[in-house]
Amino acid sequence: MDSGFVIEKFILVAIIFGISLVIAMYSTYAERKVAAFLQDRLGPDRAGPFGILQPLADGLKMFMKEEIIPTTSSKWLFIAGPGLALLCACIGTAVIPWGSPMVIGGKVVPLQVSDINVGVLYIFGVVSLGVYGVMIGGWASNNKYSLLSAIRAASQNISYEIAMGLSIIALLLLSNTLSLKTIVEQQHGFWKDGWFTWYFFKQPLGFLIFMVCAFAETNRAPFDLPECETELIGGYHTEYSSMKLGFYLFAEYINMFVSSAVMATLYFGGYNYPGMDWVATQLGTTWAPLVGTAVLFGKIFFFIFFFMWVRWTIPRFRYDQLMNLGWRGLIPLAIANIIITGIVIAIIEKF
Amino acid sequence: MESLSNKKKVLEQKPLNFMERMYLPAIMKGMGITISHLFKKEATIRYPEVEREFSTNFRGMHSLKRDENGKERCTACGLCALSCPAEAITMIAAERKPEEKDLYREEKYAATYEINMLRCIFCGLCEEACPKEAIYLDGPIVPADYLRKDFIYGKDKLVEAPLEMKK
Repeated sequence: MDSGFVIEKFILVAIIFGISLVIAMYSTYAERKVAAFLQDRLGPDRAGPFGILQPLADGLKMFMKEEIIPTTSSKWLFIAGPGLALLCACIGTAVIPWGSPMVIGGKVVPLQVSDINVGVLYIFGVVSLGVYGVMIGGWASNNKYSLLSAIRAASQNISYEIAMGLSIIALLLLSNTLSLKTIVEQQHGFWKDGWFTWYFFKQPLGFLIFMVCAFAETNRAPFDLPECETELIGGYHTEYSSMKLGFYLFAEYINMFVSSAVMATLYFGGYNYPGMDWVATQLGTTWAPLVGTAVLFGKIFFFIFFFMWVRWTIPRFRYDQLMNLGWRGLIPLAIANIIITGIVIAIIEKF
Repeated sequence: MESLSNKKKVLEQKPLNFMERMYLPAIMKGMGITISHLFKKEATIRYPEVEREFSTNFRGMHSLKRDENGKERCTACGLCALSCPAEAITMIAAERKPEEKDLYREEKYAATYEINMLRCIFCGLCEEACPKEAIYLDGPIVPADYLRKDFIYGKDKLVEAPLEMKK
């Protein structure tokens, strides 16, 4: 392994890490602004112009708060929980292709930290690990409400992971690969052979199921039962204070960012956009990939907005409704989707 | 039992039909409503910078008025204190000295005049009772403070600014 490779990857990792943290920071700001605008309010506008420094002020506040570790808690796990939640949220970005390979000074730099051939499985693994942070934190708090919330989070995530996995299988039938890089390349451009190339137009039902499950996996409204204040005080982070609480909140927003990126990558063509070939000939191989990256981020921001839009529209589900929807609604639908997709593929290929 | 008012409505809960069980149409409708609010004018008033206008009959902090020559109108008759249902007003009367003729309109004036803003209910009976048109509740909202003693407003806070200072 040459040092150039290591430096290149190190820079890429640092940039992606920085970007995801900044996006998570400003998601908290955006959430409050979006909530305010949807409710005819103004939102935070005191810190800096339009309140743009609000996340910094919030972060500062978080760091200054007293750090309380309950004496009855399991101390090591109590500290490990938030770290694990944030870690699992962050490593999901490693396999997402942020742009087509870029040529810098005759050297081809792929805008993806690692193109592993089981990229989709990796994402699933990381998302499943994310529940450990919640589970460990909730258990270590030694508090009934935290524990109940952690159990809710775990069972909710496990239930919706099944439907999520099944909805992805229909997509994999079309793509024949698990590598995210190849999946994005298959969605090149916008229109090919008389149909859209983006998988959303080939798998609308699959996308719908995937999106609903993504809401549940990230513990966002209307499936934010682990944080249901009316029933569980603060949820799994009831006992947490200071930056440990901040880590949990941060992890939620990074999860939202990652799942938006995954949805954009799998179903909405990632960095592909209509007329990208023309742009590539105009701008050359150094700058055109960056335009693609900007387009990808545009899609991600739209999804993040969509997450918030839904949060401020739909009331929280009841727990039995949640389980009902997951097991008796989404899973049969996802299985039906696989069967229909399989039949259609067989018909198109054989006849 | 028979309803006496005939206003009773019997509602029965129907099971959801297929479209309702899908949730999606209702969700779309709700999202349409919320997004329409994105383009509406916000109802917020940025308070310390912008203040909402009071209604014309708003009763705020009291002010003791001066006449057209800048003399204090109050003659310490005590009618305001008498009329006050909350007993918020106290005063001590004094006789005007010849050299104070420019300061007070009548021969008798209020040497101290205190209103306890924690007792006051802003009913406006004092301004109705005043025969000299000396007290009006035309000020702003009484500001918050930390100590009870600071809510007892003396003449320093209540009396209108002198004429030349107002200009």
